Amino acid sequence: MSYLKRALLGASALTVMGIAAQAETLTIATVNNGDMIRMQKMTAPFTEANPDITLEWVTLEENILRERVTTDIATKGGQYDVLTIGTYEVPIWAKQDWLVPLNDLPAEYDAADLLPSISAALSVDNTLYAVPFYGESAMVMYRKDLAEAAGVTIPDSPTWTDIKTAAEKMTNKDGEVYGICLRGKPGWGENMAFLTAMANSYGGRWFDMDWKPQFDSPEWSEALNDYLALMTNYGPPGASSNGFNENLSLFQQGKCGIWIDATVAASFVTDPANSTVTDMVGFAQFPNKEGVDNHGNWLWAWSLAIPASSDAPDAAKKFVAWATSKDYTAQVAATDGWRSAPPGTRTSLYENAEYQAAAPFAAMTLTSMNAANTTKSSVQDIPYSGGQFVAIPEFQGIGTAVGQQFSAALAGQMSAADALAGAQANTTREMTRAGYIK
Amino acid sequence: MATRQTQSLARLMRAPAIVLLLIWMIVPLAMTLYYSFLNYNLLNPANTSWAGFFNYQYFYTDPAFWESIWNTLVLVVGVLAITVVGGILIAMLIDKPIFGQGIVRILVISPFFVMPPVAALIWKNMIMHPSYGVFADIAKFFGAQPVDWFAQYPLFSIILIVAWQWLPFATLILLTSLQSLDGEQMEAAEMDGAPALQRFIYLTLPHMARAITVVILIQTIFLLGVYAEILVTTNGGPGNASTNLTYLIYRAARLNFDIGGAAAGGIIAVVLANICAIFLMRAVGKNLD
Amino acid sequence: MARAVSRNTRIGWTIAAWFVALLIFFPILYAIITSFKSEQEAIAGFDLIPSFTLESYREVQSQYNYFRPFMNSVIIAVGSTVLALLVAIPAAWAMAFSPTKRTKDILMWMLSTKMMPAVAVLVPIYLIFLRTGLLDTRTGLVIVLMLMNLPIVVWMLYTYFREIPGEILEAARMDGATLGQEIMHVLAPMAVPGIASTLLLNIILAWNEAFWTIQLTTTNAAPLSAFIASFSSPQGLFWAKLSAASTLAIAPILIMGWFSQKQLVRGLTFGAVK
Repeated sequence: MSYLKRALLGASALTVMGIAAQAETLTIATVNNGDMIRMQKMTAPFTEANPDITLEWVTLEENILRERVTTDIATKGGQYDVLTIGTYEVPIWAKQDWLVPLNDLPAEYDAADLLPSISAALSVDNTLYAVPFYGESAMVMYRKDLAEAAGVTIPDSPTWTDIKTAAEKMTNKDGEVYGICLRGKPGWGENMAFLTAMANSYGGRWFDMDWKPQFDSPEWSEALNDYLALMTNYGPPGASSNGFNENLSLFQQGKCGIWIDATVAASFVTDPANSTVTDMVGFAQFPNKEGVDNHGNWLWAWSLAIPASSDAPDAAKKFVAWATSKDYTAQVAATDGWRSAPPGTRTSLYENAEYQAAAPFAAMTLTSMNAANTTKSSVQDIPYSGGQFVAIPEFQGIGTAVGQQFSAALAGQMSAADALAGAQANTTREMTRAGYIK
Repeated sequence: MATRQTQSLARLMRAPAIVLLLIWMIVPLAMTLYYSFLNYNLLNPANTSWAGFFNYQYFYTDPAFWESIWNTLVLVVGVLAITVVGGILIAMLIDKPIFGQGIVRILVISPFFVMPPVAALIWKNMIMHPSYGVFADIAKFFGAQPVDWFAQYPLFSIILIVAWQWLPFATLILLTSLQSLDGEQMEAAEMDGAPALQRFIYLTLPHMARAITVVILIQTIFLLGVYAEILVTTNGGPGNASTNLTYLIYRAARLNFDIGGAAAGGIIAVVLANICAIFLMRAVGKNLD
Repeated sequence: MARAVSRNTRIGWTIAAWFVALLIFFPILYAIITSFKSEQEAIAGFDLIPSFTLESYREVQSQYNYFRPFMNSVIIAVGSTVLALLVAIPAAWAMAFSPTKRTKDILMWMLSTKMMPAVAVLVPIYLIFLRTGLLDTRTGLVIVLMLMNLPIVVWMLYTYFREIPGEILEAARMDGATLGQEIMHVLAPMAVPGIASTLLLNIILAWNEAFWTIQLTTTNAAPLSAFIASFSSPQGLFWAKLSAASTLAIAPILIMGWFSQKQLVRGLTFGAVK
């Protein structure tokens, strides 16, 4: 026993010494998305300007990253100095005082240049708690050539009826062309992101002002039934396991007529290296139901934040300011071209003529992002914030459970009515336990 | 022979292992037990309060609870059935005089060396994917509609993956047992004109009983804890069709960050696993002496 | 195989055995093949002949230096196994040669400690690790994996030692051998195969552990399980890259397993052979 104790003490002494000796090592947790991987490879200007700061990367798949980072920050573990988190976590964590406020960034950072919707989503009480690395809303991407051949036009701001008509005309199942591809894979950040935005655009909401779930409302019923009908009639086979990645791949291979998803996808589907449909993609705003002035209000930004438990907050601030600066964008543009610049964070990028020329999707992305209102995502009164999610800690669990029900409905294993009833019962149970429903 | 001196020496030799495992069992168990009586959500630590038996009641009344118990049983029994039957057949096959026996054995035991998440990723993306998987390619070759395995047969798909991982283990143990089978007895039976099937039933199978018991026992311990394969492939769905008890606890702990609920689930799982173990020991334990 | 077998029968069995073996090995083989494809080829449909590009390996290496997680995996797997053996050998020895009435119960109890779902105890363990400074250290992982596999190690060794006939010990003692000589010259040679296969099996189990090794590490101690977690489900289907990372993660243990197949098999009986 005494050996073990000594070993433990020895190990902890070593760790303490390790921290003291390299006070300026930043441990940065990131998701393994392409833009973040690129950033890891482009840090030379930063490390040259700050020779006393060493960067250590922890790159993980999104869900595992979220688990790891949440455990660490909630136990005040202090393992990380910079976290990559989304617009979902930022307000929740900021309210727990887990994040370092970022309202004292240097003037050249030009925080006023951040897109207003993004800046709002990353702030609590007008204090910025994270800086956006790249941001997205959702929009319609469609094949102009197929639409033309089918004799349909998709307006810049289509309704769900327009989408249905176009999807029907574009479908050619024998030729492996499916009119519409939408997310079906269960998860709060997968099918539920899409379905929540879709329900918003039908006038629906997750909760009423007493936090009572609204899956028994006509809006949700209509949205889900229309979604199921679209996917069953015009969607690809096996859609209940398609997430963002699978749909991206289908669209790139020319198998989708319409794909409604995150705006960042636009740069992938127009990327000549991976896409076969580069020049044929048209863009339109997220659809709405006739008479409902709501385009889903999808808004997400992968952002950099500094945990309060970090032992090098000043160095971390330098880093997050650099990684989300205009200079970094210019650096990416110089190496990989303007089309690869991290989108959706700064107004100046969308005013840049070179970017506009290189990125045909720039205008529609900006329109979509500006249209997103995450403080009031439904036309009805709501007690929560968040667009394609509900910004409460319980949402990950609830959203995923509901997503499972809807995915099962898409797979044909239960009816839409049963899925909605299951979702309603499950959510009521969870919300009662969490103390929202008295 | 066993003098008092050797007795106390034996005690001394046993002690470190027993003490270490005792600590490893009691400390987490006690802490889990403690947490299971708390309202403790990692994302809202300020709201921590005493919960009494509420977490247990909540976990037990989860709509997915009974389904998850059933799925756990199906998963364990399904994998055991495939690995034991498959293991016996493969062990008998590679025990035959064949060319390249060494290489064949290496190929057969290889899945055992693959990390569970990697195994799940390979099967999900490259073998069973409805658009790009090998199964889909085969279906297309025969002009059939590819099967969306994880949506249509979620639990079966997971059983298949897990069974693939454990088949080598079963095969190896059964093979060792088979090799110790008395060849002369077998030959005598053959001379007497006993047909192959009868020789198998009356000689081979009883001889392997002990090995089969070991396979069942060891695998059950590991199979009760399967979750990585579920997490990577179906996330427990569609609905709750592939949620087992361990995954249900995983969901509480890592998705809801409900530490109290997960702790209660953990205690329930330990109790159920031990009940299961007692039954198992009653049923097959005599084979182990 | 004393009996003569006709050549045709042998060929028949050979074909059947190879068919089954290749079927079982196929998923691994296909992942290795895919790792040598380009991303477009990887999702272009069934094809056993890749273009043998090393692009994916280069990409993987540029994104995550393989050497560090590899070394961590080696140290953690070997370290935890050796430590477990040091504790387990005396215990199993005592249980096998001086059994008491409770030996069986103790063994069963040891196995039952493995039934606690790891995820339910994560937060308590994480807090302990945090307080003791063991987070993200190889020492910490060695301790956890050692404790996790200890029951299996004790059990394997026990069943193996039990097969060593006690009379040999007595004979040696009659001849006036000291305890040291007894162990060195009589028992060690008989025990080595069992210890060797226990060692191998546990290195495999520790290498493939993917819960604690991810949850308790960040950078310094992160092994290959974390390496894999940084390549699964990125934006887009990068299956060639994922296959390359998977191949890199399983190759060392696969090769070790192949080379030590004989030793592994010899002792991997769990007392199944009487």
